[in-house]
Amino acid sequence: MNIWLVMLLGGVITFGMRFSLIYLFGRFQVPETMRRALHYVPPAVLSAIVFPELLLRDSVLDVSFDNLRLLAGSFAILVAWFSKNTLITILAGMIALFLLQYFL
Amino acid sequence: MSEKTKQFWAGVRAEVPLLIGVFPFGMIYGALALNAGLSKPAAQMMSSIVFAGSAQFVTTQLVHEAAPGLVIVLTIAVVNLRHVLYSASLAPYLAPVSTRWKTLLSYLLTDEAYAPTILKYEKEEVTPHGHWFLFGAGLALWTIWQISTALGIFLGTAIPESWSLDFALPLTFIAMVVPVLKNRPAIAAALSAGIIALLAYSLPYKLGLILAALVGITVGTFMEGRE
Repeated sequence: MNIWLVMLLGGVITFGMRFSLIYLFGRFQVPETMRRALHYVPPAVLSAIVFPELLLRDSVLDVSFDNLRLLAGSFAILVAWFSKNTLITILAGMIALFLLQYFL
Repeated sequence: MSEKTKQFWAGVRAEVPLLIGVFPFGMIYGALALNAGLSKPAAQMMSSIVFAGSAQFVTTQLVHEAAPGLVIVLTIAVVNLRHVLYSASLAPYLAPVSTRWKTLLSYLLTDEAYAPTILKYEKEEVTPHGHWFLFGAGLALWTIWQISTALGIFLGTAIPESWSLDFALPLTFIAMVVPVLKNRPAIAAALSAGIIALLAYSLPYKLGLILAALVGITVGTFMEGRE
Protein backbone atom coordinates (compact mmCIF):
# COMPACT_ATOMS: atom_id res chain seq x y z
CA MET A 1 0.00 0.00 0.00
CA ASN A 2 1.23 3.49 -0.90
CA ILE A 3 2.55 5.44 2.14
CA TRP A 4 0.25 8.36 1.34
CA LEU A 5 -2.79 6.05 1.35
CA VAL A 6 -1.60 4.57 4.68
CA MET A 7 -1.31 8.05 6.19
CA LEU A 8 -4.68 9.12 4.81
CA LEU A 9 -6.47 6.04 6.21
CA GLY A 10 -4.62 6.39 9.52
CA GLY A 11 -5.57 10.05 9.69
CA VAL A 12 -9.24 9.41 8.91
CA ILE A 13 -9.44 6.67 11.56
CA THR A 14 -7.69 8.86 14.14
CA PHE A 15 -10.02 11.75 13.40
CA GLY A 16 -13.01 9.40 13.56
CA MET A 17 -12.10 8.28 17.06
CA ARG A 18 -11.51 11.83 18.26
CA PHE A 19 -14.82 12.94 16.72
CA SER A 20 -16.92 9.87 17.66
CA LEU A 21 -18.33 10.62 21.09
CA ILE A 22 -18.04 14.40 20.83
CA TYR A 23 -20.38 14.10 17.83
CA LEU A 24 -22.70 11.44 19.26
CA PHE A 25 -23.12 13.19 22.59
CA GLY A 26 -25.83 15.44 21.14
CA ARG A 27 -27.86 12.32 20.31
CA PHE A 28 -27.17 10.05 23.26
CA GLN A 29 -27.29 10.84 26.97
CA VAL A 30 -24.15 9.64 28.75
CA PRO A 31 -25.16 7.55 31.80
CA GLU A 32 -24.27 8.92 35.25
CA THR A 33 -21.81 6.08 35.97
CA MET A 34 -19.94 6.87 32.78
CA ARG A 35 -19.84 10.58 33.61
CA ARG A 36 -18.37 9.70 37.00
CA ALA A 37 -15.91 7.27 35.40
CA LEU A 38 -14.65 9.95 33.04
CA HIS A 39 -13.31 11.98 35.97
CA TYR A 40 -10.74 9.23 36.41
CA VAL A 41 -9.55 9.33 32.81
CA PRO A 42 -6.83 11.95 33.49
CA PRO A 43 -5.19 10.28 36.54
CA ALA A 44 -5.46 6.83 34.92
CA VAL A 45 -4.15 7.72 31.46
CA LEU A 46 -1.40 10.05 32.65
CA SER A 47 -0.13 7.53 35.23
CA ALA A 48 -0.24 4.76 32.62
CA ILE A 49 2.15 6.85 30.53
CA VAL A 50 4.38 8.04 33.40
CA PHE A 51 4.96 4.75 35.28
CA PRO A 52 6.64 2.88 32.41
CA GLU A 53 8.63 6.00 31.47
CA LEU A 54 10.17 6.14 34.96
CA LEU A 55 10.31 2.51 36.05
CA LEU A 56 11.21 0.60 32.90
CA ARG A 57 14.57 0.60 31.17
CA ASP A 58 14.62 -1.27 27.85
CA SER A 59 11.24 -2.77 28.84
CA VAL A 60 12.66 -4.22 32.09
CA LEU A 61 11.65 -3.06 35.58
CA ASP A 62 14.52 -1.12 37.17
CA VAL A 63 13.95 0.12 40.72
CA SER A 64 17.51 1.05 41.63
CA PHE A 65 19.75 4.06 42.10
CA ASP A 66 21.15 3.36 38.61
CA ASN A 67 17.81 4.36 37.12
CA LEU A 68 18.44 8.08 36.85
CA ARG A 69 15.08 8.84 35.22
CA LEU A 70 13.33 7.28 38.22
CA LEU A 71 15.37 9.44 40.60
CA ALA A 72 14.83 12.63 38.61
CA GLY A 73 11.15 11.76 38.09
CA SER A 74 10.60 11.11 41.81
CA PHE A 75 12.17 14.47 42.58
CA ALA A 76 9.85 16.06 40.01
CA ILE A 77 6.83 14.41 41.69
CA LEU A 78 7.83 16.05 44.99
CA VAL A 79 8.34 19.40 43.25
CA ALA A 80 4.94 19.06 41.52
CA TRP A 81 3.28 18.22 44.85
CA PHE A 82 4.60 21.30 46.61
CA SER A 83 4.79 23.84 43.77
CA LYS A 84 1.68 22.84 41.74
CA ASN A 85 3.54 24.56 38.90
CA THR A 86 4.06 22.78 35.56
CA LEU A 87 7.04 24.79 34.35
CA ILE A 88 8.92 24.60 37.66
CA THR A 89 8.28 20.84 37.78
CA ILE A 90 9.68 20.27 34.28
CA LEU A 91 12.73 22.47 34.89
CA ALA A 92 13.43 20.77 38.23
CA GLY A 93 13.19 17.33 36.65
CA MET A 94 15.38 18.25 33.67
CA ILE A 95 18.05 19.84 35.88
CA ALA A 96 17.92 16.87 38.27
CA LEU A 97 18.46 14.42 35.40
CA PHE A 98 21.26 16.53 33.94
CA LEU A 99 23.09 16.74 37.28
CA LEU A 100 22.62 13.01 37.97
CA GLN A 101 24.00 12.12 34.53
CA TYR A 102 26.88 14.52 35.06
CA PHE A 103 27.93 13.36 38.51
CA LEU A 104 27.03 9.64 38.51
CA MET B 1 -10.47 41.79 25.30
CA SER B 2 -13.52 39.73 24.31
CA GLU B 3 -14.37 36.56 26.20
CA LYS B 4 -13.48 34.46 23.11
CA THR B 5 -10.02 36.03 22.82
CA LYS B 6 -9.47 35.65 26.55
CA GLN B 7 -10.36 31.93 26.45
CA PHE B 8 -8.23 31.38 23.36
CA TRP B 9 -5.11 32.88 24.94
CA ALA B 10 -5.76 31.11 28.23
CA GLY B 11 -5.66 27.88 26.21
CA VAL B 12 -2.42 28.88 24.50
CA ARG B 13 -0.85 29.81 27.85
CA ALA B 14 -1.91 26.53 29.47
CA GLU B 15 -0.31 24.70 26.53
CA VAL B 16 3.07 26.48 26.70
CA PRO B 17 4.68 24.21 29.35
CA LEU B 18 3.66 21.17 27.28
CA LEU B 19 5.14 22.69 24.14
CA ILE B 20 8.56 22.59 25.79
CA GLY B 21 8.19 18.84 26.09
CA VAL B 22 6.63 18.42 22.64
CA PHE B 23 9.21 20.39 20.68
CA PRO B 24 12.15 17.97 21.02
CA PHE B 25 9.70 15.08 20.53
CA GLY B 26 8.64 16.56 17.16
CA MET B 27 12.24 17.09 16.13
CA ILE B 28 13.15 13.52 17.03
CA TYR B 29 10.15 12.29 15.05
CA GLY B 30 11.24 14.31 12.00
CA ALA B 31 14.77 12.99 12.18
CA LEU B 32 13.68 9.36 12.73
CA ALA B 33 11.09 9.47 9.93
CA LEU B 34 13.71 10.49 7.39
CA ASN B 35 16.05 7.87 8.76
CA ALA B 36 13.37 5.19 8.32
CA GLY B 37 13.09 5.99 4.64
CA LEU B 38 10.08 8.31 4.49
CA SER B 39 10.39 11.15 1.99
CA LYS B 40 10.62 14.69 3.38
CA PRO B 41 7.08 15.61 2.22
CA ALA B 42 5.64 12.36 3.66
CA ALA B 43 7.44 12.84 6.99
CA GLN B 44 6.18 16.42 7.22
CA MET B 45 2.62 15.69 6.09
CA MET B 46 2.18 12.81 8.54
CA SER B 47 2.39 15.44 11.29
CA SER B 48 -0.72 17.16 9.93
CA ILE B 49 -2.63 14.18 8.45
CA VAL B 50 -2.28 11.79 11.40
CA PHE B 51 -1.23 14.42 13.98
CA ALA B 52 -0.60 11.98 16.86
CA GLY B 53 2.89 11.61 18.29
CA SER B 54 3.05 7.99 19.44
CA ALA B 55 1.18 6.73 16.34
CA GLN B 56 3.66 8.60 14.14
CA PHE B 57 6.61 6.99 15.94
CA VAL B 58 5.06 3.54 15.54
CA THR B 59 4.33 4.20 11.87
CA THR B 60 7.94 5.27 11.36
CA GLN B 61 9.13 2.04 12.95
CA LEU B 62 6.78 -0.09 10.80
CA VAL B 63 7.81 1.73 7.61
CA HIS B 64 11.40 1.00 8.56
CA GLU B 65 10.51 -2.69 8.96
CA ALA B 66 8.64 -2.62 5.62
CA ALA B 67 5.40 -3.77 7.28
CA PRO B 68 2.33 -4.10 5.04
CA GLY B 69 0.19 -0.96 4.73
CA LEU B 70 -2.88 -2.56 6.26
CA VAL B 71 -0.89 -3.55 9.38
CA ILE B 72 0.32 0.04 9.73
CA VAL B 73 -3.21 1.42 9.40
CA LEU B 74 -4.56 -1.05 11.99
CA THR B 75 -1.67 -0.21 14.32
CA ILE B 76 -2.42 3.51 14.07
CA ALA B 77 -6.05 2.72 14.96
CA VAL B 78 -5.08 0.67 18.03
CA VAL B 79 -2.45 3.12 19.27
CA ASN B 80 -4.96 5.96 18.97
CA LEU B 81 -7.87 4.09 20.60
CA ARG B 82 -7.42 6.17 23.74
CA HIS B 83 -8.75 9.17 21.84
CA VAL B 84 -12.23 7.64 22.12
CA LEU B 85 -11.85 8.10 25.88
CA TYR B 86 -10.80 11.74 25.41
CA SER B 87 -13.72 12.25 23.05
CA ALA B 88 -16.15 10.83 25.61
CA SER B 89 -14.54 12.86 28.37
CA LEU B 90 -14.85 16.22 26.57
CA ALA B 91 -18.22 15.50 24.92
CA PRO B 92 -20.45 16.91 27.71
CA TYR B 93 -18.53 20.19 27.68
CA LEU B 94 -18.59 20.52 23.88
CA ALA B 95 -22.26 19.51 23.50
CA PRO B 96 -23.48 23.11 22.90
CA VAL B 97 -21.11 24.00 20.02
CA SER B 98 -21.83 23.61 16.29
CA THR B 99 -20.84 20.53 14.26
CA ARG B 100 -18.28 22.64 12.41
CA TRP B 101 -16.60 23.50 15.72
CA LYS B 102 -16.80 19.88 16.87
CA THR B 103 -15.08 18.79 13.64
CA LEU B 104 -12.27 21.33 14.01
CA LEU B 105 -11.75 20.65 17.73
CA SER B 106 -11.78 16.87 17.16
CA TYR B 107 -9.00 17.23 14.61
CA LEU B 108 -6.97 19.19 17.20
CA LEU B 109 -7.71 16.74 20.06
CA THR B 110 -4.38 15.22 21.19
CA ASP B 111 -3.06 13.99 24.56
CA GLU B 112 -1.38 17.34 25.10
CA ALA B 113 -4.44 19.43 24.19
CA TYR B 114 -6.75 17.17 26.17
CA ALA B 115 -4.83 17.31 29.46
CA PRO B 116 -5.00 21.05 30.26
CA THR B 117 -8.48 21.36 28.74
CA ILE B 118 -10.17 18.69 30.85
CA LEU B 119 -8.54 20.10 33.99
CA LYS B 120 -9.95 23.53 33.17
CA TYR B 121 -13.43 22.26 32.22
CA GLU B 122 -13.71 20.20 35.40
CA LYS B 123 -12.81 23.24 37.46
CA GLU B 124 -15.12 25.72 35.74
CA GLU B 125 -17.89 23.56 34.21
CA VAL B 126 -19.45 24.76 30.91
CA THR B 127 -18.90 28.40 29.94
CA PRO B 128 -20.35 29.94 26.73
CA HIS B 129 -16.96 30.38 25.03
CA GLY B 130 -15.09 27.54 26.75
CA HIS B 131 -14.41 25.79 23.43
CA TRP B 132 -12.05 28.65 22.50
CA PHE B 133 -9.74 27.38 25.27
CA LEU B 134 -9.40 23.98 23.58
CA PHE B 135 -8.99 25.74 20.22
CA GLY B 136 -6.11 27.82 21.64
CA ALA B 137 -4.40 24.84 23.27
CA GLY B 138 -4.91 22.61 20.19
CA LEU B 139 -3.80 25.21 17.64
CA ALA B 140 -0.68 26.08 19.69
CA LEU B 141 0.27 22.41 19.80
CA TRP B 142 -0.51 21.89 16.10
CA THR B 143 1.69 24.83 15.09
CA ILE B 144 4.62 23.75 17.25
CA TRP B 145 4.26 20.15 16.05
CA GLN B 146 4.55 21.22 12.39
CA ILE B 147 7.52 23.52 13.08
CA SER B 148 9.40 21.01 15.23
CA THR B 149 8.82 18.25 12.64
CA ALA B 150 10.26 20.50 9.93
CA LEU B 151 13.28 21.37 12.10
CA GLY B 152 13.84 17.71 12.89
CA ILE B 153 13.73 16.80 9.21
CA PHE B 154 16.32 19.44 8.36
CA LEU B 155 18.61 19.06 11.35
CA GLY B 156 18.48 15.30 10.94
CA THR B 157 20.17 13.26 13.58
CA ALA B 158 22.47 16.05 14.83
CA ILE B 159 20.68 16.28 18.23
CA PRO B 160 23.06 14.95 20.91
CA GLU B 161 21.47 12.24 23.02
CA SER B 162 23.09 13.65 26.18
CA TRP B 163 20.54 16.48 26.18
CA SER B 164 17.79 14.02 27.25
CA LEU B 165 15.19 16.54 26.08
CA ASP B 166 12.70 13.72 25.53
CA PHE B 167 12.46 13.45 29.33
CA ALA B 168 10.53 16.73 29.34
CA LEU B 169 7.43 14.87 28.09
CA PRO B 170 6.96 12.43 31.04
CA LEU B 171 7.88 15.33 33.35
CA THR B 172 5.02 17.31 31.86
CA PHE B 173 2.61 14.45 32.48
CA ILE B 174 3.90 14.24 36.08
CA ALA B 175 3.23 17.95 36.55
CA MET B 176 -0.32 17.45 35.29
CA VAL B 177 -1.24 14.27 37.18
CA VAL B 178 0.08 15.14 40.66
CA PRO B 179 -2.33 18.05 41.30
CA VAL B 180 -5.41 15.91 40.41
CA LEU B 181 -4.52 13.32 43.07
CA LYS B 182 -6.75 15.05 45.61
CA ASN B 183 -8.71 12.13 47.01
CA ARG B 184 -8.42 8.39 47.60
CA PRO B 185 -10.31 7.27 44.45
CA ALA B 186 -8.09 9.44 42.24
CA ILE B 187 -4.92 8.11 43.90
CA ALA B 188 -6.19 4.54 43.57
CA ALA B 189 -7.00 5.15 39.89
CA ALA B 190 -3.49 6.50 39.27
CA LEU B 191 -1.68 3.72 41.16
CA SER B 192 -3.67 0.86 39.67
CA ALA B 193 -3.32 2.27 36.14
CA GLY B 194 0.42 2.72 36.65
CA ILE B 195 0.94 -0.81 37.94
CA ILE B 196 -1.11 -2.37 35.12
CA ALA B 197 0.81 -0.27 32.61
CA LEU B 198 4.04 -1.83 33.93
CA LEU B 199 2.67 -5.39 33.98
CA ALA B 200 1.09 -5.10 30.52
CA TYR B 201 3.91 -3.12 28.92
CA SER B 202 4.99 -5.97 26.67
CA LEU B 203 1.55 -6.22 25.04
CA PRO B 204 1.80 -5.19 21.39
CA TYR B 205 0.51 -1.96 19.84
CA LYS B 206 0.36 0.04 23.08
CA LEU B 207 -2.61 -2.09 24.21
CA GLY B 208 -1.08 -2.04 27.71
CA LEU B 209 -1.72 1.68 27.95
CA ILE B 210 -5.39 1.26 27.03
CA LEU B 211 -5.85 -1.69 29.40
CA ALA B 212 -4.13 0.21 32.24
CA ALA B 213 -6.30 3.28 31.67
CA LEU B 214 -9.50 1.20 31.73
CA VAL B 215 -8.46 -0.58 34.96
CA GLY B 216 -7.56 2.75 36.61
CA ILE B 217 -10.88 4.32 35.61
CA THR B 218 -12.81 1.30 36.90
CA VAL B 219 -10.94 1.28 40.22
CA GLY B 220 -11.52 5.03 40.72
CA THR B 221 -15.22 4.81 39.86
CA PHE B 222 -15.73 1.76 42.09
CA MET B 223 -14.01 3.42 45.06
CA GLU B 224 -16.00 6.62 44.64
CA GLY B 225 -19.19 4.55 44.62
CA ARG B 226 -18.21 2.90 47.92
CA GLU B 227 -17.28 6.09 49.71
